[in-house]
Amino acid sequence: MPINLDAYLGVHADALKVSSQRMELLATNLANADTPNFKARDIDFREALAAAATPNSAAQLNTTQPNHLAADAAGADAASLKYRVPLAPSLDGNTVDVQLEQAAFADNAVRFQATLTFLSGRLRTLMTAITGQ
Amino acid sequence: MSSFKIFDIAGSGLSAQSVRLNTVASNLANADSVSGDPATVYKARHPVFEAVRAALGAPKSDAAVQVRGIVENNAPPTTRYEPGNPSADANGNVYVPNVNAVEEMVDMISASRAYQNNVEVMNTSKDLLLATLKLGQ
Repeated sequence: MPINLDAYLGVHADALKVSSQRMELLATNLANADTPNFKARDIDFREALAAAATPNSAAQLNTTQPNHLAADAAGADAASLKYRVPLAPSLDGNTVDVQLEQAAFADNAVRFQATLTFLSGRLRTLMTAITGQ
Repeated sequence: MSSFKIFDIAGSGLSAQSVRLNTVASNLANADSVSGDPATVYKARHPVFEAVRAALGAPKSDAAVQVRGIVENNAPPTTRYEPGNPSADANGNVYVPNVNAVEEMVDMISASRAYQNNVEVMNTSKDLLLATLKLGQ
């Protein structure tokens, strides 16, 4: 019986992808902590994970010319990408709360580590089954 | 893997904050550069940051930061009566730059903290990426 590696890794492979997207977004927020009019954004993890687990749910457009825009230009997570509601808005229009972003980044880093642990556990199980030792 | 973009983003933050630190250093170094002409006296400089817009078709979620330009403070320089100063004008006045040392020090602390934040982001993502590379070993 052939084993479906995607199904075997389950939700963790998608979770790793969404986690790394979220890490990028939080890094963006932190890098722009002093940029006037920058609006902080974050991913709704549950929604993004659900969207990642059901691929090709969005309508696909054919691109027959080189100057056609790809339909997924906004990214699969466009719907789950949300603006943060600022706790204390500043006069320059920036909505980045550095402490909040740092906390979210630390939280996301731990979740990323957890996902990695789950994944390597699965892979080790598979290796045990293959080598039979 | 797309996570390598984090290094670009955090790196752009590092360079933007170091430009800010540079302007602070320049302002503090020139805080006492007096001049006999109010038009040529040193003016405090401050960088203006801007988020880099994503290219058409690229994911719009991530944006690096860049320095859009350096603006000079247009507040009038302080006038000081110093007839003994070789650079004094006909009335014996010299003009002192409009650098506010306290403001600059606060700006420096803010820039240094923001720099440290970006370094921390880089370190954490580096560790996570290395852990991902070791997956299954």
